Amino acid sequence: MAARTLINVPQKAKRGEIVEIKTLISHTMETGFRHDNVGKPIPRDIITSFVCTYNGETIFEAALYQAIAANPFITFHTVATESGTIAFKWTGDNGFSQEASAKITVE
Amino acid sequence: MNAPLATRRTFLSTVAGAGALLMVRPAKATPESMKQAIRTIVGEANVKPGRIKLELPPLVENGNTVAMSVSVQSPMTAKDHVKAIHVVTEKNPQPNVISVKLGPRAGKAEISTRIRLADTQTVIALCEMSDGSFWSDKVDVIITLGACLEDPV
Repeated sequence: MAARTLINVPQKAKRGEIVEIKTLISHTMETGFRHDNVGKPIPRDIITSFVCTYNGETIFEAALYQAIAANPFITFHTVATESGTIAFKWTGDNGFSQEASAKITVE
Repeated sequence: MNAPLATRRTFLSTVAGAGALLMVRPAKATPESMKQAIRTIVGEANVKPGRIKLELPPLVENGNTVAMSVSVQSPMTAKDHVKAIHVVTEKNPQPNVISVKLGPRAGKAEISTRIRLADTQTVIALCEMSDGSFWSDKVDVIITLGACLEDPV
């Protein structure tokens, strides 16, 4: 159940610079409020949590609900403190879990 | 002759009024449930307008994806920063939209995402500062085609 992810992190940044991080993941975000063509309710299947860590330290956390559109797109900011890895993790209903990471070089 | 007509008119308008009152849609977050969601977030704290800016288009054609961005004026230092941002809606089936935790590492309290809106309604953004104060901003959005209610293709 691998979902496609798209991460946009600048490859290089100056120390102390505020960088923008954009993330996108393919997911239907089924709300659980809809019905199929025979009137049966479609069970909820959404991503409930998104966490971003910078060299292991959590810098951004989000709790997502049904009101987030399909293929959740989230942008946020962080201060480029040191070179390393920025890791992303999405978790959700039915044991959904997806990870991604990006490298950043700070000069 | 006049008196019975007037009574009939009064009767009809009363019936129509009652009918309109009964047309409340089920499975929708009412302003009360939004108020309750806000209460759950802020607790007993006082919510003041200002400092936070919620950006949403005033007129939306398709409620399934609406670009939204929230920004808060804050220096984002260890002493004074935004701890959390929450967004709630008035008429979606479930009031919560997103809850975000931030810290001084964020540098800038600004997030954006794409949300679903079921109906023409008011969307409220709240932020919690490190000193424990809460601030809010609200935007009225007109939706032409609501999300959640259409049958899947």
